Amino acid sequence: MVGALVPHVASTLWLIPALPLAGAAINLFFGDRLGRWAGVLATVLVFASFGVSLAAVLNLLTNAGDNRLAIQHLFDWISVGGFTVGFDLRLDTLSATMILVVAGIGALIHLYSIGYMAEDPRRGRFFAYMNLFVFFMLMLVLGANYLVLYLGWEGVGLCSYLLIGFWFSEPGNAEAAKKAFITTRIGDTLMLIGLAVLVFKFGTLDFEAIFGTAGSVLTKDAATVIALLLFAGAIGKSAQLPLQVWLPDAMVGPTPVSALIHAATMVTAGVYLVVRSHVLFEISGVALTVVLIVGLATALFAATCAIAQFDIKRVLAYSTISQLGYMFIAVGMRAYGVAMFFLVAHACYKALMFLGAGSVIHGMHDQQDMREMGGLRRAMPWTFVTFAIGGLAQAGVPPLAGFFAKDALLEVANHTGREAVYALGTVAAFLTAFYIGRMICMTFLGRARSEAAEHAHESQVVMLVPLVALAMSVVGVGILQLNPEGAMTKALEPVVGTAALGAGLSVTALIGIAVAVALLSLAIAWWIYGSGRVDTVAFRARMEPMATAAQRGWYVDRAYDVVIVQPAKAVARLTSDVVDALVIDGAVNGIAGLVKRSASGGKLIQTGFVRTYALVLFLGAVLVLGFIGVRG
Amino acid sequence: MRTPIAYFLLLGGILFSLGTVGVLVNRNALRIFMSVELQLNAVNLTLVSFARLHNDVGGQVLAFFSMVVAAAEVVVGLAIIVSIYRRRRTIDVDAAREMRW
Amino acid sequence: MSQHLLSVVIFFPLLGVLAVVVGGREMSDRTARWLALFVTLVTFGVSLAVLGRFDHSDPSFQVVEQASWMPSIGLQWIVGVDGISLWMVLLTTFLFPVSVLASWTVTTDVRRYMISMLVLETAVLGTFLALDLIVFFIFFEALLVPMYLLIGGWGGERRVYAALKFFLYTMAGSAFLLVAILFLYAHTGASTFDLRALADASATLPVQTARWLFLGFFIAFAVKVPLFPLHTWLPDAHTEAPTAGSVLLAGILLKVGAYGMIRFTLTLFPEAAKHFSTAIEVLAVIGIIYGAVCALGQRDVKRLVAYSSVSHLGFVVLGLFALTEQSVTGGVLQMVNHGLATGALFLLVGMVYERTHTRRLDQMGGLASQMPWLLGFFLFAVFASAGLPGLSSFIGEFLVIVGTFAVSHVFGALASVAVVLGAIYLLWSYQRVAYGPIREEHRSLPDVSLREVIVIAPVLTLLLVFGVYPKLLTTSIDPSTKQVVEQVSPDHATTVIPSNTISAQAGSGG
Repeated sequence: MVGALVPHVASTLWLIPALPLAGAAINLFFGDRLGRWAGVLATVLVFASFGVSLAAVLNLLTNAGDNRLAIQHLFDWISVGGFTVGFDLRLDTLSATMILVVAGIGALIHLYSIGYMAEDPRRGRFFAYMNLFVFFMLMLVLGANYLVLYLGWEGVGLCSYLLIGFWFSEPGNAEAAKKAFITTRIGDTLMLIGLAVLVFKFGTLDFEAIFGTAGSVLTKDAATVIALLLFAGAIGKSAQLPLQVWLPDAMVGPTPVSALIHAATMVTAGVYLVVRSHVLFEISGVALTVVLIVGLATALFAATCAIAQFDIKRVLAYSTISQLGYMFIAVGMRAYGVAMFFLVAHACYKALMFLGAGSVIHGMHDQQDMREMGGLRRAMPWTFVTFAIGGLAQAGVPPLAGFFAKDALLEVANHTGREAVYALGTVAAFLTAFYIGRMICMTFLGRARSEAAEHAHESQVVMLVPLVALAMSVVGVGILQLNPEGAMTKALEPVVGTAALGAGLSVTALIGIAVAVALLSLAIAWWIYGSGRVDTVAFRARMEPMATAAQRGWYVDRAYDVVIVQPAKAVARLTSDVVDALVIDGAVNGIAGLVKRSASGGKLIQTGFVRTYALVLFLGAVLVLGFIGVRG
Repeated sequence: MRTPIAYFLLLGGILFSLGTVGVLVNRNALRIFMSVELQLNAVNLTLVSFARLHNDVGGQVLAFFSMVVAAAEVVVGLAIIVSIYRRRRTIDVDAAREMRW
Repeated sequence: MSQHLLSVVIFFPLLGVLAVVVGGREMSDRTARWLALFVTLVTFGVSLAVLGRFDHSDPSFQVVEQASWMPSIGLQWIVGVDGISLWMVLLTTFLFPVSVLASWTVTTDVRRYMISMLVLETAVLGTFLALDLIVFFIFFEALLVPMYLLIGGWGGERRVYAALKFFLYTMAGSAFLLVAILFLYAHTGASTFDLRALADASATLPVQTARWLFLGFFIAFAVKVPLFPLHTWLPDAHTEAPTAGSVLLAGILLKVGAYGMIRFTLTLFPEAAKHFSTAIEVLAVIGIIYGAVCALGQRDVKRLVAYSSVSHLGFVVLGLFALTEQSVTGGVLQMVNHGLATGALFLLVGMVYERTHTRRLDQMGGLASQMPWLLGFFLFAVFASAGLPGLSSFIGEFLVIVGTFAVSHVFGALASVAVVLGAIYLLWSYQRVAYGPIREEHRSLPDVSLREVIVIAPVLTLLLVFGVYPKLLTTSIDPSTKQVVEQVSPDHATTVIPSNTISAQAGSGG
């Protein structure tokens, strides 16, 4: 049927995830022997995967809008009693967007990693895990049904776990890896329940079948339940409130990992999931509102946290959470094209900033505290310029990609009558520009504040090339979506439909406000942190205890520890040491003891005198014979 | 003329009682053993008597069985008694009472 | 030979026993090991021949072999295989050579050890293949003895306590089974112990009688599974057993209980099974969560895996008694998967123990830097056990959850919660073993040897293969479970496919 439309595309889809998978397998077993070539192999394969993806997508785009769909059925994964789940890959404009981001940015980050991990003795393993991640991420976005998506979903979680804890000899790293996996797994479990509800309602997990019949099968309430369960998965993966706690800790992993997994791709899977399932969310309606509120709350919450961080990677982590919140705002307003463009733009500029931060950390000999930096623009000009481009993009300075994304989002909010969303979104934008400005000032401007900063050095070429490439993409990618009805929205229309906009402030006014907010905020940040006229230490002291609270993520972590983790540990100990050992096993041993005690009375009959036994035997025989005699 | 069956049965009963008392009062394993043989032979006598009375060879066959089993029992029993004696230099059954609780 | 194929599978290990016995003291430990490995491998080969002759579309018993044994009471030697027992047999014959090879490090009394292993294999295969209730019971009891000897003879510090507890506990359970079998025999008047004949005859039993008999059968199997709250023998037995003992206990012996449930309780007493299904599901769900919570509280890594078995077997029982085609097939899949995944975990825990000589989590740490391959395998097994999609346990768990969901939303949802708990305790323990700074005394420990790779690699490979292509299993399991399920609830929907979407399905073949 539908798959037959683009057969030559469909038949090559498997190659896209298979290439990185092959790399993972080779590097896992022979990575140690490959030495430097491990990274080269991994990078080449991801680039090859990107090439195949690009070819497939271009091929797909030659079709008319409604025919842009290719499905490849590899084999039946599950087939039990009429319930069938195929191992199917699906390429439409939505997954096309995602695979280009994943394979493209993934390839650049792999290239960067060759330099970044050059000194690490276990780089074979590293590249194996990275390739495995790309494989799972591609499966996630290419899956034609929820189960293949879930395979990728859990798989990227696994790779995230492995890579966060890559330097596991530090005790904190393993702890952070475990925390990331378990926190996301909480969301995943609710998502799994959501899949069970889907099977219960539809008898299938296939996207095509579900979305085609959802309107007639689902009631509003059922759709709400399913949508919210799926969204729970998205909350975990995309580190939204209230499961945002894992992402800042995940920064202990190698920086390329943070760039690839915890900025550009995996954390955006939640956005992809909701966009993919938009039919269910729309039937519910309520669920979209929930998405919007969660997104908005997270965007603001994480922005406040980002302002107070000292660790350069934690700033980026909180800013990622905040930006993901933005994407959910867009999704919640049914502006899927805007959300997806935001995703693409964010993937570019956030990967760029993480790689830039990695370059800084490398140049500073593993120093991540921004208080120890300063003045790096002279020592690391390439890093400075590219990082600044990424930062300005995120801050919303035109004509960089981030500007178009944020502006389109605010325009949709304004033009659909969501005044509160528009106002709060603008506030968050102000905060965003502020912490971006603060970070750039503290890192690159002013004077060097430590020994390491004075002797910092620029990174090697293999690391700078991806920076430049990404910076160029940040400059250029805005062309995909110059306004809410841009090319991206048009391309996605067959998949996600379209939502009409109303009227509001004029576009010129909106752009004016947005640019003014961004520039004003950046200027304030420069005045405080970059001009040298403000004593930042005293400034922060005046902000206490707010500053520390924000730095600690408003103590959500500690609250979870006190309210959930510690009681859970106590319950587990209690169950195993008291309930199981004493109550349940106690009952068993009690019965055994009872038998033993009654036996210790009975055993006294056994005197050991053989003649006593003979006498009893004799008397017994007499009794039996007598009984028979009496009865006749 | 035939001797009345009652005589044989009476003799069997007396022999069996003697054997029983012998088993119960003796402490010497060999003497107990002999008493057991007495009981067995009392039963054999009774079996043969009834066989004669009812003109049924079944009783005699059973008596043969019993004799064979008794012989086997003697073999095993004596062997046990001998090995008990070797171990503990006595065949007093009251001394061998480890097999209790 | 070909018509006696199943008898050959069952009794071939006994030939090995004979050889070891005949060899006597002259036989070196080395010879005994190789002999046992050879015998178990040949048995595996013969069972593959069974697989080759198996018709996957036929739900009934195949390769049946029937011979009169004691005609006066109607006792017969009947063995046969269907889609469910087929995989139990293959799991058994597969795990035995692995266990024998994993026991290379046993150095005391090797000949007796191998005799116990081989007798155990015969007994287990007999339980999976017997179709005569008495023959089944004989094998069911017989497998206790070699297991008792393995735990008591080659176990840890408290081995005697554990072995005795294991023996008495399961023995007490099977007392009910024997009574129920004899009662069934007497009351149906079928004067046969043939399962197939009794399944027809038991339909005539009064409802109340059938329910009591059901309980008799069920308790025996519930102890074996073990189902909460009859599980406390398991942690002790697992903890004290030698590595191969734990592998076989978790991998195979627990499956005997679950297999008994599906083969006997569901087949013989369908009405009673339906009647008690909700109560049993409740116990299963409690077991799933309770086992996971207990696992969280453990300090001993073997105890932790043992409690995880309680949790995973809860999934199996839940699946079997949710009585939809998906859930039962999922349950059977889970039996195979748990056998492989937990077997792998015990093998790896054993390998770690042989190096560090401790099972306490707080006395390990950082081993991944010293033994990257061993701990890499360990991680693979951990994620297989935690139900990562793409590895085999996920398919079973997912089918059970989906199948249960059609019956009870609450149970389905609660069972899913265990997925999180599973991730927590498994990762927590793995982290304690593998990550962090390494202890000084562990700095010189060697990584996996070639023998250990040969032991563990096949198991891990199968975990991956069955996770990616579970159809290998389900094509033969599904027809048999379908038959069982339809027998138990003929008038109810036995699949999770809602009728309103059949047309939608048809339109989406893609």
